[in-house]
Amino acid sequence: MKFYDVTDLAVRNLRESVFRNSLTTIGISVGVASLVAMLSLGIGLQQLASRRLQKSGLFDTIVATSRRDLRNFREQRDDGPPPAESPALDEPARKKIEEIPGVVEAYPDIRFVTELRFDDKPHLTMVAGVPFSAKSNNDAFDGMQGSFFSAEAVPEVILQKSFAEELLGIKPKPGASNPDSNIAELAKPLLGKELTMRYAERTASPSASPTASPTTTGPGDRGPSDAAAYSVVSREQALKIVGVTDLDPDSMRGTARARVFLPLKLAQDLHVMQSNLRDTSASDSPSYTSLSVRVGNPNQVPAVEDAIKKMGFSAFSIVDATRSMRQFFAVLDGFLAIFGSLALAVASIGIVNTLVMAILERRREIGIMKALGASDADVRGLFFAEAGAMGLVGGAVGVTFGWALGRLINFAMNIYLERQHFPPAEIWSVPLWLVLSAIAFSIVVSLLSGLYPAARAARLDPVQALRYE
Amino acid sequence: MPNSLAVRTQSLCRHYQMGEALVRAVDGISIDIGAGEFVALLGASGSGKSSLLNLIAGLDRPTSGAVIVQGNNLAALSREQLAKYRLHTVGMVFQSFNLIPSMSLLENVELPMRFAEVDRRERSALARQSLERVGLSGRLAHRPTELSGGEQQRASLARALINHPKLLLADEPTGNLDSRTGTEIMELLHSFNQSLGMTVLMVTHEQALAEKYAGRMLHLADGKLVDDVTNNDVRNDDVRNISSVEASAPRGETP
Repeated sequence: MKFYDVTDLAVRNLRESVFRNSLTTIGISVGVASLVAMLSLGIGLQQLASRRLQKSGLFDTIVATSRRDLRNFREQRDDGPPPAESPALDEPARKKIEEIPGVVEAYPDIRFVTELRFDDKPHLTMVAGVPFSAKSNNDAFDGMQGSFFSAEAVPEVILQKSFAEELLGIKPKPGASNPDSNIAELAKPLLGKELTMRYAERTASPSASPTASPTTTGPGDRGPSDAAAYSVVSREQALKIVGVTDLDPDSMRGTARARVFLPLKLAQDLHVMQSNLRDTSASDSPSYTSLSVRVGNPNQVPAVEDAIKKMGFSAFSIVDATRSMRQFFAVLDGFLAIFGSLALAVASIGIVNTLVMAILERRREIGIMKALGASDADVRGLFFAEAGAMGLVGGAVGVTFGWALGRLINFAMNIYLERQHFPPAEIWSVPLWLVLSAIAFSIVVSLLSGLYPAARAARLDPVQALRYE
Repeated sequence: MPNSLAVRTQSLCRHYQMGEALVRAVDGISIDIGAGEFVALLGASGSGKSSLLNLIAGLDRPTSGAVIVQGNNLAALSREQLAKYRLHTVGMVFQSFNLIPSMSLLENVELPMRFAEVDRRERSALARQSLERVGLSGRLAHRPTELSGGEQQRASLARALINHPKLLLADEPTGNLDSRTGTEIMELLHSFNQSLGMTVLMVTHEQALAEKYAGRMLHLADGKLVDDVTNNDVRNDDVRNISSVEASAPRGETP
């Protein structure tokens, strides 16, 4: 039989027992809906987590360090040149790293512990330089109070919530920041106010400024341009508070994370002496302790990491951690798919039942068709087509149900999140591939369910079938 | 008289096991039926008439022996080949008409052509012609339940003839009809036999009908052929043309 005829006869047969076939199809729809609902929840959660982690730099950032740094306490590696022969991590090296395919930007990692004065009270904390690009790619700054830095090197500062609390004298509970303090109320008295940062500037000449007091000198170890001794001069810099952020933009740094953020360009210009005495230099050719290398696609991290290592630097990323996370979500999706498929499995039993009932009801009709010349394949194809049609309709309706269910749960969840003072989130995602896969899966399950009834119908003895009343 | 062989059975047996008893439905029947013959199979209930017909129709397989139609031994054919044989070589008419109730008459008649993969437009035209030939051109869209028994049997005949079979097998085609309607159906069968040169093998209980229309009568008892009578009295010279059959067909019968 031609495809059109098989389809036509199948649809006609389905219409003949419309109530029973509709019930079976609804059963399939419920199965597909539960599958779609479960998987879209898994995908949505994964996307939510990925967005957050990607913006935090966990996925797409590589930290490159020079091997020449003797204080680099990373384990000695066998590959690459020995520390003494390793290249300097300077501006030409930074530019070269930026040229590696896939690299979006490479910027020096500037952080230092210093004293900040507010209302004449000193506060000691870690300060970090933030590249201007973080405005759009670090979601810690998305929901903050105030605004991001107005330009690349302005004397402005963004505070992390816990430091804002410290400035205002709000004592956090031990071991955790105060969850009850409202970020908007915290920011109100601080935004627009000034902080004074006292820091140690590292200058190229031993004593150029009369106010400067040389505190230490060291041997030059960075090549000819940097051979001179340096001085450390105490400086002050007024900084305007422009923002207070609830989330932690520096969360991947663990215990070394900063609570105050300066524009990176400003931090570079200030030539602040960093803890290991090697960091930003006052010379024209600065050498960096470490660079943060941001990659466009997390999948490119291993390749870029290798390229940096080949250049003679140490490179570190937490791609393994991201792999574990992906593995976790793969397992979660697997579990959700299994639970979702259970309903579809039950529905497939419904298909078998419906088709077996149809064989009993249409036994005589099958006998007539065989007497008129229908082959086993014709009869089998007809029952397959009926099963497939139920799967197709059930799949399409199920995807619609699943999508609607997802929107409903998303809506309800956002009401809940709002009450818990969390920003709204899209925890539900139904990508096109899921829609198509769910319908295809529904058809495949239906066809598999039709295997036994179709084979049974095809094997039917026409003499017996025609005798049957 | 026919000049070539349409059907040959050789020591044909069909035995069933029913519990511990062995039922010999067809027990060693050997017959030759010539092309264009009109043969009636007569016998009491359980004599093996329908079983023999099913074997010749390729609906059943013999326990032993052979059924040879157009040079092919049906016992040696695969299921697929048997299906093709039923589709192209044999047309069947049943006592209970066996039209599919969910389809209109036109769709019922078109059905064998779907299996033969005939183009949609062509099969619709052929089915209309076939239904016209049996006087049902006004009933194309009706469902079988909306028709009388006679009309249903005529539709069944139209369906049997749609693929131009060489062999028309009728299993008590008048069994569910009153005598007048039965006669009309027999007239149709007779006319197709005469005008199309089609071999007709008909199972019947009705000796009178057989004597009137069949050129040969095979009597069966307990699965065996007990008598083979050539009916010289059968008219073969006054076949009415089909249009006159149509004209005489009763109209507007109630189901």
